[in-house]
Amino acid sequence: MKVLVCISHVPDTTSKINFTSDNSEFDKNGVQFVINPYDEFGLTRAMWIKEKNGGTVTVVNVGSAETEPTLRKALAIGADDAVRIDANPSDGFFVASQIAALAKENNYDIIIAGRESIDYNGGQVPGMIAALLNQPFINGCIGLELEGNNAQMIREIDGGKEKLSADLPIVIGGQKGLVEEKDLRIPNMRGIMSARTKPLQVRPAIDSSSRTKVGDFEKPAPKSAVKMVDAENVQELVSLLHNEAKVI
Amino acid sequence: MSVLVYLENWEGKFKKNSFEAAQYAAKTAEMMGTEAIGVSLGETDDLAVFGAYGLSKVISLGGADFGQFDNYKTASALKSIAEQNSADTLIISGTLNGKSVAPIASIMLNAGLITNVTELPSSVSPLTLKRSVFSSKGFVNYSSEEATKIVCFIPNSVGVTEGSGSCEVVQGNVSLDATPTTTINEVDRIKGKIPLPEAERVVSAGRGLKGPENWGMIEELAEVLDAGTACSKPVSDMGWRPHTEHVGQTGIAINPDLYIAIGISGAIQHLAGVSSSKVIVAINNDAEAPFFKAADYGIIGDAFEVVPKLTEAIRNFKATN
Ligand SMILES: Cc1cc2nc3c(=O)[nH]c(=O)nc-3n(C[C@H](O)[C@H](O)[C@H](O)COP(=O)(O)OP(=O)(O)OC[C@H]3O[C@@H](n4cnc5c(N)ncnc54)[C@H](O)[C@@H]3O)c2cc1C
Ligand SMILES: Cc1cc2nc3c(=O)[nH]c(=O)nc-3n(C[C@H](O)[C@H](O)[C@H](O)COP(=O)(O)OP(=O)(O)OC[C@H]3O[C@@H](n4cnc5c(N)ncnc54)[C@H](O)[C@@H]3O)c2cc1C
Repeated sequence: MKVLVCISHVPDTTSKINFTSDNSEFDKNGVQFVINPYDEFGLTRAMWIKEKNGGTVTVVNVGSAETEPTLRKALAIGADDAVRIDANPSDGFFVASQIAALAKENNYDIIIAGRESIDYNGGQVPGMIAALLNQPFINGCIGLELEGNNAQMIREIDGGKEKLSADLPIVIGGQKGLVEEKDLRIPNMRGIMSARTKPLQVRPAIDSSSRTKVGDFEKPAPKSAVKMVDAENVQELVSLLHNEAKVI
Repeated sequence: MSVLVYLENWEGKFKKNSFEAAQYAAKTAEMMGTEAIGVSLGETDDLAVFGAYGLSKVISLGGADFGQFDNYKTASALKSIAEQNSADTLIISGTLNGKSVAPIASIMLNAGLITNVTELPSSVSPLTLKRSVFSSKGFVNYSSEEATKIVCFIPNSVGVTEGSGSCEVVQGNVSLDATPTTTINEVDRIKGKIPLPEAERVVSAGRGLKGPENWGMIEELAEVLDAGTACSKPVSDMGWRPHTEHVGQTGIAINPDLYIAIGISGAIQHLAGVSSSKVIVAINNDAEAPFFKAADYGIIGDAFEVVPKLTEAIRNFKATN
């Protein structure tokens, strides 16, 4: 089984988000970068597949050299090899085109990406990779079991869930549920040592364009100060919600 | 030139999401000086009602292909209808199904895709939209100059107002591309509950509730408010509540009109998923809880005392209003 796990390199969830003074860019100053949380679930699931069915787990990132520590971390968790496609990605289509080109050469059985990258929240890359490869696409995937060449999956739908099946190869937009939080693999000392010598291949990007243009960033409007209501007087809250906030 | 909108149905029924999408398309079309056309797949309720939200026409596609949701078939149908009507803009509501269709449709149509959109376009030449990034900690203006554009907006972010009128409904005809097959074996929808992404009001509780046995009062408050229920991440991790209720940066991101947070501290990752709620109420026994900084209204007090009183007060209010 050849599994490709797509790894987005994102600001830690505790990061304060600031933009440069002309609002043209995200300010990376003092920001700690990590593996996108959704991709961590996919990576552990990929390790389980390899341990049960044999095969290899490759991780890929489309990014500049600064994402290499994130790929090394994925190697320390257990991936066999890493590919960095050298580019400064600017939208989901650009990223998906790069990963689809890699996949066309390597014929992965399963490509696991995250439901969403917590930086630009596009939710675009896995579906675009699937469509570029003309393979089944299961988004919001919270369960994956393999039976030979067939994958049994569970997907979140609005107000519930759905069980699906498809023949490999497939592309998944995954999240918690692929494995549980408590099962997430973290790098141990041996993993960290061996990650240093595992292959990390740098590939030039293929010629591809972005289909969207990024303009100015903005911060959300600051909240006005909270209005406190006495715990003995919940009636006042009801009046405020009705008369002032007009939500009930 | 025209604007096309995907009118998603749930077992044949339309919801606020579908009407919001229709109105979004109609307003965008008005800015462009053209018409907005709806596309509906499968057997559904009356489609003429979409006239009240500004559509000039709805094209309905029936038949075995659309009996169950299929992301590729939906994308392929949208592509075909877009070509037949020389549509250059496609509007999709960012429901879980919508998010599964949009990227595929963008590849089929060679379109520029802008997702996570929070407002109507600020300009239509070139098409420019504000979208949320960094889990609502920022916004950015995106534009696309591709010949075809797809806009996927966050449900409940622009709202909807009902007008009057009805529109023409026609049976469409498409030839679908051969697309990958995924088989749906079972659909399991939670009955009698308001799904979170579409809830206009949400009552949410955290570890301050001490244990799953105490959720009765949360459900009662939700019931009087006609609200959905949500929870913080540790609550779902411990299995006190189902995963589908986990909101936040790594759970569902929601933007209801009213969000009531009970016994939730207000960690940055929790706030990331709920801070776009229009009005936030925090109830916490710790005056220093960070949630009070993110809330519009706050009550310092023991949830076990405050919540039943609040439920009672709202019940009385509803009885007399
Ligand atoms: C203005 C701007 C500045 C950017 N600056 C940087 C930067 O400095 N450094 C940087 O690394 N990226 C940068 N990016 C790229 C960004 O991190 C995303 O990779 C890209 O925009 C796709 O985002 P998305 O929200 O559509 O991804 P989504 O579609 O939400 O991502 C879903 C999944 O796709 C996979 N995926 C997404 N992006 C990648 C990727 N790049 N490589 C491998 N797998 C991926 C992951 O599995 C992820 O969970 C920038 C993007 C923009 C728009
Ligand atoms: C990578 C990452 C991703 C994460 N993603 C998410 C996410 O998506 N969503 C999320 O929610 N969290 C997320 N977290 C976890 C987050 O950091 C917090 O740990 C979590 O939100 C805390 O949950 P809580 O507020 O229920 O519990 P606590 O922080 O324990 O807070 C309980 C609160 O209840 C109050 N309280 C106690 N007793 C009472 C009482 N009787 N009456 C009233 N109030 C009372 C306390 O004062 C306290 O403020 C994430 C963390 C990480 C590291």
